[in-house]
Amino acid sequence: MDITFKNVTYIYQRNTPFAHKAIEDLSFHIPSGSFVAIIGHTGSGKSTLIQHLNGMVIPSEGEVTVGDFHLTQGKKPESMKELRSKVGVVFQYPEHQLFEETVGKDIAFGPENFGVPEDEIKRRIQEIIPAVGLPEELLERSPFDLSGGQMRRVAIAGVLAVKPDVLVLDEPTAGLDPRGQKDIMDMFYNLHKEQGLTTVLVTHSMEDAVKYADHVIIMNKGTKYMEGKPEEVFIQKDALNKVQLDVPEMVQFLNLFEAKFGKPIPFERQSIKEIAQSIQGIVKGAAPHE
Amino acid sequence: MRKKIIEFRNVSFRYGDEQPWVLRNVSFDVYEKEWLAIIGHNGSGKSTIAKLMNGLLFPQEGEIIIDGQQVNDESIWSIRRDVGMVFQNPDNQFVGTTVQDDVAFGMENRGIPREEMIKRINETLSAVGMQEYHMTEPHRLSGGQKQRVAIASVLAISPKVLILDEATAMLDPKGRTEIMSTVSEVQDKNDLSLITITHDLHEVVQAERVIVMNNGEIWDEAVPREIFAKKDELRKIGLDVPFVTILADELNAAGINIEREPLNQEELLEGLWTLHSRT
Amino acid sequence: MNNSMIIGQYVPGNSLIHRLDPRTKITIIFFFVFIVFFANNLVSYTILTVFALSSMFISRVPIRFILKGLTPVWFLIVFTFILHLFVTKEGTVFFDLYLFQFYTGGLIQGIAISMRFFLLILMTSMLTLTTTPIEITDAIEDMLHPLKKVKFPVHELALMMSISLRFIPTLMQETDKISKAQASRGVDFRTGPIKERAKAVVPLLVPLFVSAFKRAEELAMAMEARGYQGGEGRTKLRELKIEKRDILVYLLFACAIAGLFLTRNY
Repeated sequence: MDITFKNVTYIYQRNTPFAHKAIEDLSFHIPSGSFVAIIGHTGSGKSTLIQHLNGMVIPSEGEVTVGDFHLTQGKKPESMKELRSKVGVVFQYPEHQLFEETVGKDIAFGPENFGVPEDEIKRRIQEIIPAVGLPEELLERSPFDLSGGQMRRVAIAGVLAVKPDVLVLDEPTAGLDPRGQKDIMDMFYNLHKEQGLTTVLVTHSMEDAVKYADHVIIMNKGTKYMEGKPEEVFIQKDALNKVQLDVPEMVQFLNLFEAKFGKPIPFERQSIKEIAQSIQGIVKGAAPHE
Repeated sequence: MRKKIIEFRNVSFRYGDEQPWVLRNVSFDVYEKEWLAIIGHNGSGKSTIAKLMNGLLFPQEGEIIIDGQQVNDESIWSIRRDVGMVFQNPDNQFVGTTVQDDVAFGMENRGIPREEMIKRINETLSAVGMQEYHMTEPHRLSGGQKQRVAIASVLAISPKVLILDEATAMLDPKGRTEIMSTVSEVQDKNDLSLITITHDLHEVVQAERVIVMNNGEIWDEAVPREIFAKKDELRKIGLDVPFVTILADELNAAGINIEREPLNQEELLEGLWTLHSRT
Repeated sequence: MNNSMIIGQYVPGNSLIHRLDPRTKITIIFFFVFIVFFANNLVSYTILTVFALSSMFISRVPIRFILKGLTPVWFLIVFTFILHLFVTKEGTVFFDLYLFQFYTGGLIQGIAISMRFFLLILMTSMLTLTTTPIEITDAIEDMLHPLKKVKFPVHELALMMSISLRFIPTLMQETDKISKAQASRGVDFRTGPIKERAKAVVPLLVPLFVSAFKRAEELAMAMEARGYQGGEGRTKLRELKIEKRDILVYLLFACAIAGLFLTRNY
């Protein structure tokens, strides 16, 4: 589903002395099927932005369009529930939403709310459990007996079981160890590819953005600061540093390399192996590989 | 030879008789004024080590000696004066209703006179760069700011050892950088032994010594450079390898042998430059 | 996130009333509640009203906050007034409405009793409007101190109150987060039959309790690590101190009481 923000402003506690703008005049377009990374510091408006995607908040001004659903002040979509069944959100530390007696029941909770028939839910659970990397025997266990990493996977399975078209991920790997982080991100990426999802990833990790996203939006103080392909955005070191963000380590290195050797290796989201070959070319004096 | 401040002698621990061992026969020393990093994946036993160090848990086997005193029921209160700890969740260790109340909490517990408390609150809050927030309530602070207050609270009781138990795990990159630079400054000024527990290899670069934990056992104990050289094995036990290390590896495969395992980008560039000027 | 949360009714300020020792405020209000019942004529009521209104003006708390505190009891005040008007049959009839005769005595009593209510509520909300919950906690701990002799857990009670205050905003943020997460999973908290809505609370409450328990456990561990071993031998950073202004206010209050007892009817 296409996602469009048109001049969206969101004001918390409007008409009170505490009113403050979380988002101001934000416009962008995400074509269906893309993988977008949204990057910005705490307080940059990222969380408010993604809450618009499934109607948790309605824009104070402007319009948000998700597929056929239009969200504007005074005109909510007729079926908010339908929108929420199409847009799945994995919140930060999603394991905090677990509450059922068994893992199976918790995963079924979302689909049940959205009226998915029981045998279909069963079928989906069978499919999802291995996809998120959980052993099947956990289905009858209490979610509160699991390890932190397993709880996270159960919560994610609960969102995926609804079979959304748009998947919104709010720092889905926070607090996991490196292997857990990689496993979970790879899993989301595979799902994105296999099921043709539109994925919106909120992250602090430039590395993840380079690796998975085809489009990047940088937020700062409630407005869109930069937007574009990762290889275009991430080479703008000065602009990023200005809002206290760093370029990916790889870009940092390529910059330093150019400064020292006087020869540029352009950043094209190439693999580390490819970079090593380019360096080899320069250091050994031969022409760089392409 | 530097003085030992913490000694673990054949320590084993589990949460109950039926439970699996969380730590198995762990022995190591921590010296005065050193920076030791303990690294391992989630569930490798690294946080349990921290809790054993100030008597929040007791081992079933082996003994732990802190500054000459064995950790037991009688000694824990004096040991907790020597060993300060910052935990992972910034919210769940903030006791006070304002920043200064929180820094005061540990001192109040130890009956430090009010005049002295005010002096130390000022000193420690400015050491972590939080002085202007002394009257701020916790829900108005970022995670990184709360963790800096937690560090100030520990410093206020002038401990000999500061343990950071995954204190950066829940922070954003900005908060992480803040904490890491605060910590290294504080260590320089206060003659502390610093123990940082983490699963992020980036955070061990500055340490003098690294202990790698895996499945409740010490997997390796060495200086960061030696640890980084074992990249394949590190990956196998669920740890990430920094970009520089991977690149050095790939360069090696491409026929460029950097002599010394690089710790950071500058070292790698230096290594490359040396090779380049030879050709 | 919502950073402007105010716990309770406290309106930040730096007026004389704000800066008074919380114990002074509690003591005065405690006695005020008693002596209000001694006022029984125009002059004595005026003295109390002047005392209450001037503290209100000195506090510089905006009137709308004070009125907001009065809203829940408005009904009670009006109701008492009307009740007295209908029931009391003293003095002369000043209004005759077919079946009911309204007496001047009823009118006066009605006004007097509603006035009492109004003053009581005004003064007690002055306390909560100008004193932070933590100051009130400190004052209560200090004032209950003598009860320690009979093994009353004064320190523990105060610590419990202050930790609750500390965690109210945290838990409110958490509630907001969890309810959004469950709403995203199709829970409808707002519409539908009561029974359905009551059921919708379970997915909110269970995670909230689980997290509160986890927080409690971690907090207890952090407190222990920081050397907490109960109230014995503790010193305190927050200090309550009776200043000149407190003495001045006590004196003014004593004058008001004296005035009241001199002018009331016996």
